[in-house]
Amino acid sequence: MSEQTLSAPVSRAQTVNIRGATLRAIYIIWKRDLIRYWRDRTRVIASLAQPVLFLFVFGSGLSASLRGSSGGFGGTGSSLQYAQFIFPGIIGMSVLFTSIFSAMSIVWDREFGFLKEVLVAPIHRSAVAIGKTLGGATQAMFQGLVILILAPLVGVKLTFLGVIEIIPMAFLFAFAVSALGVAVAARMRTMQGFQMVMNFLMMPMFFLAGALFPLGANLPGWLTVLTRLDPASYGIDAIRRVVLSAAGVPSRVLDSLGLTLFGHSLSVWTEEAVLVVFGAMMLSLAVYAFRQRD
Amino acid sequence: MSQPVIAVRDLVKTYGKVEAVRGIDLEVGPGEIFGFLGPNGAGKSTTISILCTLVRPTSGVAEVAGIDVLKDPSGVRARIGLVFQDPSLDGQLTGRENLDFHAYLYGLPAHTRKQRIDDALEIVELTERASSMVLTYSGGMRRRLEIARGILHYPQVLFLDEPTLGLDPQTRNKIWDYLHAVRTREHITIFMTTHYMDEAEFCDRIAIIDQGKIVALGTPAELKTKVGGDVVTITTPDAAVAVEQIRNIMHLEATQEDGTVRVEVSESASFMPRLFSELTIPITAVSARRPSLDDVFLKLTGRAIREQGMTSLDTMRNMGRIWGGGRR
Repeated sequence: MSEQTLSAPVSRAQTVNIRGATLRAIYIIWKRDLIRYWRDRTRVIASLAQPVLFLFVFGSGLSASLRGSSGGFGGTGSSLQYAQFIFPGIIGMSVLFTSIFSAMSIVWDREFGFLKEVLVAPIHRSAVAIGKTLGGATQAMFQGLVILILAPLVGVKLTFLGVIEIIPMAFLFAFAVSALGVAVAARMRTMQGFQMVMNFLMMPMFFLAGALFPLGANLPGWLTVLTRLDPASYGIDAIRRVVLSAAGVPSRVLDSLGLTLFGHSLSVWTEEAVLVVFGAMMLSLAVYAFRQRD
Repeated sequence: MSQPVIAVRDLVKTYGKVEAVRGIDLEVGPGEIFGFLGPNGAGKSTTISILCTLVRPTSGVAEVAGIDVLKDPSGVRARIGLVFQDPSLDGQLTGRENLDFHAYLYGLPAHTRKQRIDDALEIVELTERASSMVLTYSGGMRRRLEIARGILHYPQVLFLDEPTLGLDPQTRNKIWDYLHAVRTREHITIFMTTHYMDEAEFCDRIAIIDQGKIVALGTPAELKTKVGGDVVTITTPDAAVAVEQIRNIMHLEATQEDGTVRVEVSESASFMPRLFSELTIPITAVSARRPSLDDVFLKLTGRAIREQGMTSLDTMRNMGRIWGGGRR
């Protein structure tokens, strides 16, 4: 017992800088999510199956019957195909689903005990909520960007600048939905709740978001209200505006197909602001949920 | 004893009407391996959870590393290591990545992080498997990795809640070798719970807890002297008569257990000849042994520690370990 092989008593009496500790914790929680994501490459590939089905079966199938008088979708004299219209929506779908799924990994962690390791650490609980939200958002952003490789197959032209613009759009959308997912998952104790979240949160959010139909006009009043309450509407409309305008679709056409609020077309900036506010609110709820003692 | 690392005074925890812990006092000194021993539901896990700041006590004082668990839970958590009863590793990460995760959470300085992880892996002999994913590890290897993780941030106390539950005896003994190595190399206090009596022998001191109270506290040797001498077990066709005769003729206390007779004697060597000459009924077999901690527990509580067997919760836990644990 005489020799001091490893531990220096000095390092025991560490006075932890709380802000530094929280940032480090956020970083490692985020990094763990990414390690697991890269390691699970089959999941990345498998997750392309659903978008491909939507784009080519659903999209091509409806394209044929939705051709307007001038040959384009939306009857605005454009040559926009239905499959091209839903292409940004499918990017949004990918972001939406991945965000929710990765947030649900908290429930998985709780079930398998790993969450305990995080919760007993001498860190601020907000680090768990923020780290998880950022981890989910980063994964979902990548999943959304992966869809871009399908662009040539539906005839959507990509520009370098367009792709660069999509990155923050996809990330902010992913952030907002991930924060929502984390806020829900923080309160869930069992995997059974997962099916509930799927049925009552994820699918309605997807169908109301205008990924598959224009939110502009001619919707029944109740549907107009619901679609405007869905945060995913704003995320998907922003992605659509950026992707399709980069592909050369005139803004007149985009306005006629896009999201309106009280009769006004929304700018991308307004939509991003909605996402940021919604995400911040959800993140606060998530932090609050984690601060409740387990 | 120098300044205690763990000090508990009159600790009480009640859940509604259930009194899980009913007034516990104890002190653990630096560098000690202290065992908390008792049957399921005796209050072991509740006490360890209070010390780790995971559960708030109803009343009483608990200090760990000189810090009150109620006043500064984060301060306590930064100075203790934990090995939970249930596994808490990420199976999709490698052993090293699990430790790296922990190092960041506990704020290990960047320049010593890698070296410290190497050292911890070496203590539990997992250096060669450090780059394999944890889901490929055996149950014993996972436990070792959890021990390495528990000591990574130079805690003053390592708490282990039933660290050997569900492991085979050989693996259990190995875990004990590692714990002793950790104590020697790290100058750390180890506080653990177990319901395996034989394991308590590895501890410096043990407290036997039953129904929320400490019924005995001391070194294993001290506790065994409470039984007094040797334990003799006699097999005979008529145990009831044998008990009667030992009581009446030899004036010793005897008890009947599963058709055998159990006698505590000061010295078995001189007892044996008397037994054969003074009893009038045939004796099939006799064995004598030094008292074990099982005997101590029996003596103090009037029950065998494993009498009640596994609770349904334990059974479920083990199922979880077999089916769920294999996946992660």
